[in-house]
Amino acid sequence: MSTHHIQLTINGQTREADVPARLLLVHLIRDNFDLTGTHIGCDTTSCGACTVLLNGKPVKSCTVLAVQADGGEVLTVEGLEQGGQLHPVQEGFTAKHGLQCGFCTPGMMMTAVALLRENPDPTEDEIRWGISGNLCRCTGYMNIVKAIQYAAEKMKTREPQPA
Amino acid sequence: MPEINGLGHSMRRKEDPRFIRGQGNYIDDIKLPGMLWLDIVRSPYAHARIKNIDTSRAAKIPGVLGFVTGRDLEKYNLHWMPTLMSDRQMVLPTDTVKYQSQEVVGVIAADRYAAADGVAAVEVEYEPLPVVVDPIKALQPGAVKVRDDKDSNHIWHWEVGDKAATEQAFKDAATVVREQIYLPRIHVASIETCGCVADWDPANQHLTLYMTTQAPHAIRTVLALVAGHVGLSEENIRVVSPDIGGGFGGKVPVYPGYVIAVAASVLLGKPIKWIEDRSENLQADSFARDYHITAELAADKDGRITAMRLKTVADHGYSDAQAAPSKFPAGLFHIATGSYDFQKAHVEVDGVYTHKPPGGVAYRCSFRVTEAVHAIERMVDILAHERGEDPAAFRMKNFIKPEQFPYRSALGWEYDSGDYHKALRLAMDMIGYEALRREQAEKRARGELMGIGISSFTEIVGAGPSHTFDILGIKMFDSCELRVHPTGKAIARFGTKSQGQGHETTYAQIIAEELGIPAEHVKVEEGDTDTAPYGLGTYASRSTPTAGAAGALAARKVRDKARKLAAHLLECAEEDLVWERGRFYVKGAPARAKTIQDIALAAYTNHPPGMEAGLEAVHYYDPPNLTYPFGSYICVVDIDRGTGQVKVRRFVAVDDCGVRINPMIVEGQIHGGLTMGFAPAMLEEIRYDENGNIYGGTFMDYLVPTAVESPKWEVGETTTPSPHHPFGAKGVGESPTVGAPPAIANAVVDALWHLGVRHIDIPITAPKVYALLKKHGAALEE
Repeated sequence: MSTHHIQLTINGQTREADVPARLLLVHLIRDNFDLTGTHIGCDTTSCGACTVLLNGKPVKSCTVLAVQADGGEVLTVEGLEQGGQLHPVQEGFTAKHGLQCGFCTPGMMMTAVALLRENPDPTEDEIRWGISGNLCRCTGYMNIVKAIQYAAEKMKTREPQPA
Repeated sequence: MPEINGLGHSMRRKEDPRFIRGQGNYIDDIKLPGMLWLDIVRSPYAHARIKNIDTSRAAKIPGVLGFVTGRDLEKYNLHWMPTLMSDRQMVLPTDTVKYQSQEVVGVIAADRYAAADGVAAVEVEYEPLPVVVDPIKALQPGAVKVRDDKDSNHIWHWEVGDKAATEQAFKDAATVVREQIYLPRIHVASIETCGCVADWDPANQHLTLYMTTQAPHAIRTVLALVAGHVGLSEENIRVVSPDIGGGFGGKVPVYPGYVIAVAASVLLGKPIKWIEDRSENLQADSFARDYHITAELAADKDGRITAMRLKTVADHGYSDAQAAPSKFPAGLFHIATGSYDFQKAHVEVDGVYTHKPPGGVAYRCSFRVTEAVHAIERMVDILAHERGEDPAAFRMKNFIKPEQFPYRSALGWEYDSGDYHKALRLAMDMIGYEALRREQAEKRARGELMGIGISSFTEIVGAGPSHTFDILGIKMFDSCELRVHPTGKAIARFGTKSQGQGHETTYAQIIAEELGIPAEHVKVEEGDTDTAPYGLGTYASRSTPTAGAAGALAARKVRDKARKLAAHLLECAEEDLVWERGRFYVKGAPARAKTIQDIALAAYTNHPPGMEAGLEAVHYYDPPNLTYPFGSYICVVDIDRGTGQVKVRRFVAVDDCGVRINPMIVEGQIHGGLTMGFAPAMLEEIRYDENGNIYGGTFMDYLVPTAVESPKWEVGETTTPSPHHPFGAKGVGESPTVGAPPAIANAVVDALWHLGVRHIDIPITAPKVYALLKKHGAALEE
């Protein structure tokens, strides 16, 4: 198995690692970098619990090789809060009770962040389709939708955040 | 001082700050020094003899360190383990495998990749053997015998009710309806799978087991009982259930992976982590349901229900690993008389072995209640239609009346309280029932298919009174240990374990209500057997009815002592004190008062001579009865005649769970429960072919609903307090899962009844509906 030296920015910090070619990005994040907020919920790229942003786009990090992130920028749930201020999506999830067991929550929030960057004013249907790659077993999605609507509203009135 | 946030307040959840920051501590987040990985070789066959296991190639893989086989465990008599129903199941096989994906060899390695490589390289030679997957066939003479240690595939026969009187009632009936109803095998599929980290400390002969369990205390005791002979002693076992990513019943049983991890840790003296992947979780963990029901309902000439008869074949797979109270092999299935007032009923259930994974557990419901509710609610609908009566009016006519509570059901349950008419009336008003019926008639005249389905369920939760309920002999009480600190803050520990229900918030609110200490100042802990008081855990909607009650009563004990301290501080008699949430004042002189915070400080700094210091209490709560939440759901569907696709247009859910602690959390649980009712009604099923190959063993073909399919729920409430619970609560997490499926099925059949359709089994898929439309000449062809 070949080993590769990779360097990437994760939540604004530059990190390096020597990784086997087959190492999955989610394991790099969880096991090598100890950022355990990104979860694993399946083995078929179905559940979205492992969603992170890679170069600004949401990816299921269980289906991306760590070497594919070489030179890239990764944002995980741990990078959402800035300077002690929660991201509006995080605020929305607690204000609107958008989480119960919390296991799908990080992936769901990362998808929501990407969705709102692309479409700052989504309709309910656009939100539902936008998060349809993320499974939640606890909430029935009703309050997740409300949480994302809350965040969209908040982000309209808040200073734009650095990308 | 923050808000008190007692009962009825939708305070934000105390667990959220860590979860929204990705700082939860789930099982796979636990990493110990020197930790090794367990991965498991599984059987491709549903029934086969193991001829040879060759680990030589796997052993050469870098990082692979060792193997655990059934023969290895046999040396310690640990190759078998008891199930929660006192049957037994293999940890690892010594001779034959009995279901596809059964655990065959444990591979221990330095990391998860090496462990997976090792699994791929272990060579197992099998001799395939005949398979029986259909429980009806398994009962026929000459069927392949599943269990070598049993005489037949018939596990048990269980019946309840007056058979002769029921038969007579059927003979005397004006109308009898009969239907075959199948509740398929499904899987809870919590988004976090199961796993553990077993950490054996050889020097101290001490085991710490971090484990995804809904019942950590029971697990500790079971471990001590089954592995005492190899040195596991209960005082040296600590079970820790960390943050749990959803349970729904699937994290009640003990799975072989846990036991292999413990055995490997003891053998190697190293921490061992086992995390199953999703496919393993779906293919090998306990399933739910798999009930084949023959249901009959009888009515007199006025359309009053007079009797019910159920005969059921329960497919348990190769072992009865049901998670249910020991007295009830079919769980609480005999709640099947439901919300209706009739006194003749007879229920029979036969448990059967087949070559499928062992089970069954609940799927977000109290033991077998969903099966019961589905049977009665389908049959009531069929009976109403058969008689040409409106299903809502038919229910209203047959409901148990409010003045009949407490109500003794035909099969022996004492319903604590209810107002079924009120709940159904509210649901009908919310959805505009009469207008919908008019719309349906107009559409039917135009050839469009629209259906309205009702489900008026009665749940039975909060197990349970210790005279009747136990798991492996351990009575099903629950507990709270409450300690108030000198500065007026408190810690409360419980015998249950939240898996998303929000106990850290709602339990704090219960203490807040009882003591006037703000909920924000009450820390709640569960899941660590070294610190929490003994309890039977969280499932069957039992946390609020049992542990929540224990919390209230522990707080009342603390309040009793606080009264003595207040009397000392205010220099008056205890009888002269009046409690007002958060303080005692002297009768007639409200300014002369001591707050609970003043009193807490005095408990450690100024307690009177002769009184023990401190302010704390423990309460083990044994409920006098179960609680009986109920509700009425109405579902509207439109059916596409060209595809058979069913669209849930509207769904109104009126729930009555007694007094609500945190309405926001209750509503969230109802949304989630409804979606887990919708899922098996429309999408989810685990099937097997005749060779025992699983269909539905990954998330590619086991269809958990996404935000797109999930209906937009409309919820309403009525409040009928439980008369025996300390603050009138009943429990709610599972009612919607129980109540929703028949509302959907009834709506679909309601849309198709005029075509001659009487029943459709769940999941109601488009191909199934389209086939029915074709059969009855209503399909639009290309």
